[in-house]
Amino acid sequence: MSASTILLWVVLPYVTIAVFVVGMIWRYRYDKFGWTTRSSQLYERKLIRIASPLFHIGILAVVIGHVIGLLIPESWTQALGISETLYHIMAVSLGLLAGICTLVGIVLLIYRRRTVGPVFSATTGNDKFMYLFLVAAILLGLLTTFLAAGFVDHGYNYRDTVSVWFRSIFLLNPQPELMAEAPLYFRVHAIAGLCVFLIWPFTRLVHAFSAPIGYVFRPYIIYRDRGPHDLGNRTRRRGWEAVGTPDKRRRE
Amino acid sequence: MRVMAQVGMVMNLDKCIGCHTCSVTCKQAWTNRAGVEYVWFNNVETRPGQGYPRTYEDQEKWKGGWKRTRRGKLRPRAGGRLHRLTQIFSNPKLPELADYYEPWTYEYDTLISAPQGEHTPVARPKSLITGEPMKISWSANWDDDLAGGPELAPNDPVLRKIKGEVGDRVKLDFEQAFMFYLPRICEHCLNPACVAACPSGAMYKRAEDGIVLVDQEQCRGWRMCVTGCPYKKVYFNHRTGKAEKCTLCYPRIEVGLPTVCSETCVGRLRYLGLFLYDEERVAEAAATENEQELYQAQLDLLLDPNDPEVLAQARRDGIPEDWLEAAQRSPVYKLAKEYQVALPLHPEYRTMPMVWYIPPLSPIVDALRDTGNDAEEAGNLFGAIRSLRIPVEYLAELFTAGDPAPVVRALDRLAAMRSYMRDENLKRPTRPEVPIRVGMTEESISEMYRLLSIAKYEDRYVIPTAHAEVGRQLDELECSLDVAGGPGQYHSGTFGEASGRPTPVAVETFQALKQRQTSETIVPTEDQSGRVNLLNWDGAGVPLGMPSVPPRRSAEEADDDRS
Ligand code: HEM
Ligand code: SF4
Ligand code: SF4
Repeated sequence: MSASTILLWVVLPYVTIAVFVVGMIWRYRYDKFGWTTRSSQLYERKLIRIASPLFHIGILAVVIGHVIGLLIPESWTQALGISETLYHIMAVSLGLLAGICTLVGIVLLIYRRRTVGPVFSATTGNDKFMYLFLVAAILLGLLTTFLAAGFVDHGYNYRDTVSVWFRSIFLLNPQPELMAEAPLYFRVHAIAGLCVFLIWPFTRLVHAFSAPIGYVFRPYIIYRDRGPHDLGNRTRRRGWEAVGTPDKRRRE
Repeated sequence: MRVMAQVGMVMNLDKCIGCHTCSVTCKQAWTNRAGVEYVWFNNVETRPGQGYPRTYEDQEKWKGGWKRTRRGKLRPRAGGRLHRLTQIFSNPKLPELADYYEPWTYEYDTLISAPQGEHTPVARPKSLITGEPMKISWSANWDDDLAGGPELAPNDPVLRKIKGEVGDRVKLDFEQAFMFYLPRICEHCLNPACVAACPSGAMYKRAEDGIVLVDQEQCRGWRMCVTGCPYKKVYFNHRTGKAEKCTLCYPRIEVGLPTVCSETCVGRLRYLGLFLYDEERVAEAAATENEQELYQAQLDLLLDPNDPEVLAQARRDGIPEDWLEAAQRSPVYKLAKEYQVALPLHPEYRTMPMVWYIPPLSPIVDALRDTGNDAEEAGNLFGAIRSLRIPVEYLAELFTAGDPAPVVRALDRLAAMRSYMRDENLKRPTRPEVPIRVGMTEESISEMYRLLSIAKYEDRYVIPTAHAEVGRQLDELECSLDVAGGPGQYHSGTFGEASGRPTPVAVETFQALKQRQTSETIVPTEDQSGRVNLLNWDGAGVPLGMPSVPPRRSAEEADDDRS
């Protein structure tokens, strides 16, 4: 086994997991104030009406697809009586649909970010960096779905290799050789995907992990004791920058 | 019964001169920052007018507040929890910046840096959002003093509502227009729709004093609260991506100081005090079927602080003794419940708002005076209140979901007070039948007069201090400089210069203000352990301690350096 195989399919995944977990904990503890969607709807509401739901519903479907495809072994679906072909047709059609929604959504979002003045001036370097990785992963993902589906050649059943490798990481028994066998497009997409998780804790993507599920179960009105408002003393808090701060000045 | 305390406010609209001092001082204190340039926790709108943000009262459009379902339950008008979660990716009812206004500054720099030329340089307006030059076309009070009246005022949602009923009697020609100012802050509602709308649970009502706050560390920027609040008093900070709202100046309230807007109000028209209310009955009261009965339901929630049963329950519920005593002296309870001259703003939103308004008698007095009648005479006034239907119906639409009776009662009482007190001031025999006619007594009407017209500082603000003995630290009492590297880290006096703890600003101000506001003469500021506070120096003599203190950096300067 070559060093690069070990590096890419054993070291990279574990580093990603470590960075992701530690990064999220760190970010949560030290930057609760920065943990937000940083919604830009205040600036513009027409484009976002379409773009944001399209992108989000698409990406959530994609996430579910990944969970099913990567975590559930082929033998389980077969035991349920779902044949390989049926599974394949479903996965490809739904996957392509979700992928295209996501892509159209993200293209619209980026178009909006670039063309709507206030949204553009509120876009940080961090956002651009994040979009680069996200778009790369989404494009490569769509390409992978398309190629693996067998429209061009005979396709590829990733559930025998990629998925097994993916599970092997979490079972602490990595099988990098399975990944080394997979077609190039799978390998590149997997690396792009890992990179998204590598940068995740340090971007606005953290908002996905605070999806407000608890809202459904709580009473409408919340009372809280005054509490020791943040024991310990504070200096001037974030959010108190002067009017006309740098990102507004940049274009002077 | 579960007794809870609520800090409430009453504003006497008759005295508001629309100077916007409250808005400006509030802005200086709270929203003079990036991301909230467009935000006015306190704004003053001219009525009739569209308000800020434009037409916020049109709940068909903005879907704020609560709705009573057919089964008699309450649900946020914008939808229940699951429904709202499906709309989380883009909130369909969020006002855009244009609905508030695009904030701007001026290119002041060109005034001094422009090269010499034929023309005088001008400071052009420049958007604070994009940094581009812009044309100013709207603001938080663009229709101030009925500016643009005939074009803009017809879009007032309140006017549109009553238009159907009084038809063409609503004339917006300038000669016939009536006008008054409506200063607005967050209502610190008993049944806050903003809290209900927050998916993260970051918004809450404080159990001790009822102040509604946003936990800045827990807010995740889902921006649902902005829609939830029917008064549009939660704002989205577009830089930090967090919701912000009026805090009722809680750091000041906690140490017994009135809010900044109250303290600086030129008309001295704001009152602050406690209400005791029955928390267990709030939901039921807010779900009262008939909108016009909501005012009464809200009134019924307020408990009598002199009732021994209420007091006993309040003690069991852990309300401290000095708070009970403050509730008994509460000016807001007197105005809202005892005299019933203060009314809630838009009770039909079912949030049980806790900022109450004394409706203005002046549009009626003015109209009466214009007809050449004696506008202080009780009989004339009572007649005018009934015949000048338009102001009354407009006020009813604002304060009682359209029921004119409570508005007429409040105006009658104000009219009776004027008339009764005029006799007394002119040393004429007073007429006991005047108060009786409006359901008051001579004593209560004189008492109301003291509260409304003499309006002493200590009568207007009865604010018990928060209880720190529970082991809690109060913001304003904390020293913000107590950090490594900050000057406050020198705790003991053994380090010489700059040692010792600086006195927290508000405490110092409190003593000085109290003394100033309650003394009859102008007195030089007393010795405050060698600290100088020029803010409170009223010009009499040399501020004490001045020469003895070597010049040293103030807290603000030190803070500025670090940021
Ligand atoms: C799981 C639940 C999620 C929720 C409830 C959620 C919610 C939101 C909200 C409210 C916004 C702000 C939209 C606005 O500007 O008003 C947003 C923005 C965004 N979200 Fe999510 N999100 C979720 C998951 C995700 C995931 C999984 C991703 C990507 C992997 C993602 C990527 C983004 C991006 C890139 C933006 C910025 C859009 C822009 O350009 O303005 N979100 N999200
Ligand atoms: S007025 Fe204040 S407390 Fe009431 S719903 Fe609006 S923001 Fe919440
Ligand atoms: S400071 Fe007082 S008088 Fe002036 S606008 Fe505000 S509420 Fe009215």
